[in-house]
Amino acid sequence: MRYSGFRVIKEALTGHKGWTPHWRDVAPKSNYDVVIIGGGGHGLATAYYLAKEFGGKRIAVLEKGWVGGGNVGRNTTIVRSNYMLDGNEPFYEFSMKLWEGLEQELNYNAMVSQRGILNLYHTDGQRDAFRRRGNAMILNGSDAELLDADGVRSMYPFLNFDNARFPIKGGLLHRRGGTVRHDAEAWGYARGADSHGVDIIQNCEVTGFRIENGKVLGVETTRGYIGAGKVASSVAGSSSRVMGLAGMRLPIESHVLQAFVSEGLKPTIRGVITYGAGHFYCSQSDKGGLVFGGDIDGYNSYAQRGNLPVVEDVVESGVSLIPALGRVRLLRSWGGIMDMSMDGSPFIDKTPIDGLYFNGGWCYGGFKATPAAGWCLAHLLATDRPHETATAYRLDRFRTGRMIDEKGMGAQPNLH
Amino acid sequence: MLINHPLLGPRDASEFTYLGDANLLNRPDWQGENAVEAFHDYLYLRDNPAGLHRELWFHEQGDRSWLVVTRNTLTHEILGVEMARDVARNNKRFEGDAQ
Repeated sequence: MRYSGFRVIKEALTGHKGWTPHWRDVAPKSNYDVVIIGGGGHGLATAYYLAKEFGGKRIAVLEKGWVGGGNVGRNTTIVRSNYMLDGNEPFYEFSMKLWEGLEQELNYNAMVSQRGILNLYHTDGQRDAFRRRGNAMILNGSDAELLDADGVRSMYPFLNFDNARFPIKGGLLHRRGGTVRHDAEAWGYARGADSHGVDIIQNCEVTGFRIENGKVLGVETTRGYIGAGKVASSVAGSSSRVMGLAGMRLPIESHVLQAFVSEGLKPTIRGVITYGAGHFYCSQSDKGGLVFGGDIDGYNSYAQRGNLPVVEDVVESGVSLIPALGRVRLLRSWGGIMDMSMDGSPFIDKTPIDGLYFNGGWCYGGFKATPAAGWCLAHLLATDRPHETATAYRLDRFRTGRMIDEKGMGAQPNLH
Repeated sequence: MLINHPLLGPRDASEFTYLGDANLLNRPDWQGENAVEAFHDYLYLRDNPAGLHRELWFHEQGDRSWLVVTRNTLTHEILGVEMARDVARNNKRFEGDAQ
C-alpha cells in the first residue's frame, strides 16, 4: 500500500478501514539464501537494500524481541556527516545522502529534519582542530561552516558564552545534519523490506550456529533450526554474545550509554548543540522535550540502564552550557548497550568463517550510519567485496595497524 | 555502585577509574615464539561476557590501589573485590619470574 495525502483523506472518509499492517507476521521457513540476525535499523536496512538494489531473494531477518525494540529505539536520533578521517567520512557522507532521500525512497514519513548541528569550541586549539575537521568534511562532499562567537550568539543567545573556565569562542556548523524519527526509520525499512519479499521473524532468538568445515550452514534459534547460504550478524550491543556462539572473540566491549528527555517545552533549541568542553549534546524533539546525552557510564554492561553519577555528570555539563536548563524538569532517562570497539570505529566485514558476515562495533554512532551500513553490508553479502566507502571497516585492522581512531585514544574502549 | 575495598571498606564507584578485563594482568611473554599474535589478542580482543566479569578498577580518588572486581554485567551486582597485587602474585607466571 502506497501512502499519500490522498490516501489519508480517502481513509478518513471511509472510517480508516483500509489500512493494513506494515509487514507480514511470518513463521520461519526451513532454509533461506541469506539470514540476517538482528531486526534493528541496520539489519532491516540490510535486508531492504539487499532485496531491492542487489536482487537478493529468500532473505530473512531474525529478531529476538520486536522490530525497533533495541538501540534503534533508544538513541538520541541525531544524524550527521562530520567525521575527519578518510576511513570514516566518505561512509558517513554516503549515509547522509541516503538519509536525504530516505522518505521518498521508502514512501514513509521518517521525519528527517536537517536542522543543523553546531559543535562548540572553547579554545584556540579546539578552533584549529575544528577548522581542520571542517576542511576534511568539505573535501569529502559534506558541508561545514566555522562560526565565531557572534555567529553562535545570533543562533543561540541563551548559551553561557562567558563561562570563566570554558568561554564559547565559536562553533563548527554542519547544516545538513539533524534528527530523524528513529522508530519510523526502523518501521519504514521493515515495511520496505517486507514489500520486497523479506521475511521479518520476530521473537526468534539465535542460540547457536551450525558450522561444518569452516563454513556456516545455518542458525539454531528459539523457533527451530534455519538453514542459510549466508548469515550476517547485525546486533550491535550484543555482538560479542552472538559472535561468541560462532567461537569468535571480538575487539569490542559492551558499555551502557544513557539518554535523557525533559518535559515538553515550547520551541527552544532549533538544531542540535554539542558542548566542546564536556561531553553533552542536546536537541529538541518535535513533541517539545529536550533530548540529550553525554558520556557512557564507562564499565562493561549489558544492563540497559546506567547509574546516577553519570546522570549528574551529564546534567552538570548541560547546565553549565545552557543555564536555563536548570529550570527544566527531567522526564525520563534510559540506557542502551553499545559495542565499544578498540579504536572507536565500526566493522562491516567477512569473518574467518565462510559465509558468516559481521556488522557491529558502532560505539554510540550507529544510528546515523543505518542507511549506509545496510547498503554496505548488502553490497558485501551480494558481491563478497566491500562497498567503496566501507573498505576500512575490517576486522583485522588491529593486526595490520590500520586503526581508524578519530579521538586518538588507543585501545581503551570506554574512552572513545 | 559501591565497591567494597579490601582495605578501606565500601567506596563509591565514582572514586575509581575503570580499565577493563582483569586478563590485562596476564601480559604475554614478549620473548615468546608467537609474541606478535599473543600481544594482538592481549591488547585488542575481549571475552566481553554477559554475566560474571572480572575487571580492573583503579582507586584514583582514594589510596590509588588497583583492584580486581568481580561484577555481574547484567545486573551491576558486585560479588567480590580483591587487591590486584594479590591476584597478580597468585598468578603462576609472576611466581615463575620471581624465582
